[in-house]
Amino acid sequence: MRAAVPVLTVVAAILALWYVAAVGLNAQWTRDQAARAGVEVGWSGIARDAMVQERPRLPAPHQVAAEFWRLTWGEEVEGRRGIVNTGSLSNRSLIYHGWVTLSATALGFLFGAGFGILLAIGIVWNRATDMSVMPWAIASQTVPIVAIAPMIIVVLNSVGISGLVPKAIIAAYLSFFPVVVGMVKGLRSPDAMQIDLLRTWNASGLQGLWKLRLPASMPYLFASLKVGIAASLVGTIVAELPLGGAGLGTRLLAGSYYGQTIQIWATLIAAAILASVMVGTVGVVQRATLRRTGFR
Amino acid sequence: MAIPAWARSVVWGAGAAAVLLAVLALARPGMLDGRAAALLAVWVLAWAVNARLAAAARGRIARALVAVLFGATLLALWEMAVRLYAVPPVILPAPTDVARAFAASTPILWADFVQTFLKGALSGYAIGCAAAFATAVAVDRSPFLQRGLLPVGNFVAALPIVGIAPILVMWFGFDWQSKAAVVVVMVFFPMLVNCVEGLKATDAMQRDLMATYSASYWQSLLKLRIPAAMPFIFNGLKIATTLALIGAIVAEFFGSPVVGMGFRISTEVGKLRLDMVWAEIAVAALAGSAFYGLVAVLEKGVTFWHPSQRGR
Repeated sequence: MRAAVPVLTVVAAILALWYVAAVGLNAQWTRDQAARAGVEVGWSGIARDAMVQERPRLPAPHQVAAEFWRLTWGEEVEGRRGIVNTGSLSNRSLIYHGWVTLSATALGFLFGAGFGILLAIGIVWNRATDMSVMPWAIASQTVPIVAIAPMIIVVLNSVGISGLVPKAIIAAYLSFFPVVVGMVKGLRSPDAMQIDLLRTWNASGLQGLWKLRLPASMPYLFASLKVGIAASLVGTIVAELPLGGAGLGTRLLAGSYYGQTIQIWATLIAAAILASVMVGTVGVVQRATLRRTGFR
Repeated sequence: MAIPAWARSVVWGAGAAAVLLAVLALARPGMLDGRAAALLAVWVLAWAVNARLAAAARGRIARALVAVLFGATLLALWEMAVRLYAVPPVILPAPTDVARAFAASTPILWADFVQTFLKGALSGYAIGCAAAFATAVAVDRSPFLQRGLLPVGNFVAALPIVGIAPILVMWFGFDWQSKAAVVVVMVFFPMLVNCVEGLKATDAMQRDLMATYSASYWQSLLKLRIPAAMPFIFNGLKIATTLALIGAIVAEFFGSPVVGMGFRISTEVGKLRLDMVWAEIAVAALAGSAFYGLVAVLEKGVTFWHPSQRGR
């Protein structure tokens, strides 16, 4: 727990900065209101008002926290359409929208990572595949694919593919190449000694893959899985922008259309929690796997 | 066993394509006919040439040739598939259509490129990376702050920061300033984490040497620790190139003037002019790879001493 105190200090500093910025950014509105009403307003009045504005330029952290609570627990447990009263998630709650985003991300990530691992095995096994595909796989990392995700969604929608699948395609695509690149590196990580040892035991290519290369690649695989799942989530959220319907990305766009700043920030918090849960899950699997393969 | 390696590789390529076609045929049963056979034949022929080349390839030019040939094959298959199956251009335009749109509207594409890349992405990239570097140097003197900032930075770097775009567009207006602001926030944390890691990269022996020279803090920072941090700094700079372009384009979906790559993509999709959209994507891809390539070339010049750059 040596890291806890410094981390908490930094977080507290960020929150303090946030409050100061909220007062500074929201001051103009209060001054305008006061000028219209013909009253003087001092800094204490501005600061008090900045904490409770309905559509602030920058909502204070406690406002965001309250909104987040209202849109999750409040909506589901006490709301008219929440899970307690109707048995299904309310379409206004962030839990519902987060679930929509999570399912698309997870589906795409599983497919993308799976195909990525298969292609990486193909690349290591076959020289022609390596020389043909690898340069493109590396170059594709430099292309801002996420940015064109909404357009791919619109096109797929016009062909009649809608719902979960188009978002999952984007998520799969984004996790695919990091996994390929990382996995190829990992499968090639055994050194000449280890490969020679397997040869002296007359191991077949398949045995070499299964007993040496795959276990040796695990640290690389998990490092790129973490990158890939974060990229998948960004891709899904961006892909949801043009869709309407459900999902965290849709909520972001709706919030920006109607100037609901507090709602945007609450949605961002939900996205952040989702991201850390997913990366954390990969981390847990990583620790279990690495312990079994003897890395730790 | 006299089967040469390249022949096995041809079988593998043909098999992979056949599996892919079979999967597609499950989705659309009417697809498997003479046209599919033609596509398969072109693929197997090109793959066989590639496999022979790869088996014989020595040196960099031959390697590049294999990769280029593979890319050209994919483009040719795309063109053939669109023509053979008469795919409507509102769904998938052929590469030649895209090239025609690209050539016909270079002035528009150039204006979009200037607005989004030169004004939005590049200025945000410069500000964000410089701010992250300055913060890292400032934090560097306090191990306490470092221990606190590194986990927080790592956490934030994994978040979908792009979501902050609507807020920043509200704050800074529709023009390129808001795009630059999104880029600043997006590149800051990955860059910060890499800079802090990099400044820690010297070992005790090297620092002791500087101490025996009686070097001041700034001398050892400038002459030892910043040069030693360069591989990490360039790693951050390279990650940030792609993030910068993504941030600038995505921020335009939340509001922009009537010029810019993100604006063009969303309006041309609305007009169903997909060839123009693909031309814009080609610009984004070219700009992204060129930007990355430029930083990689700089890295090679600056970190020539590092093991990863030597002996190539």
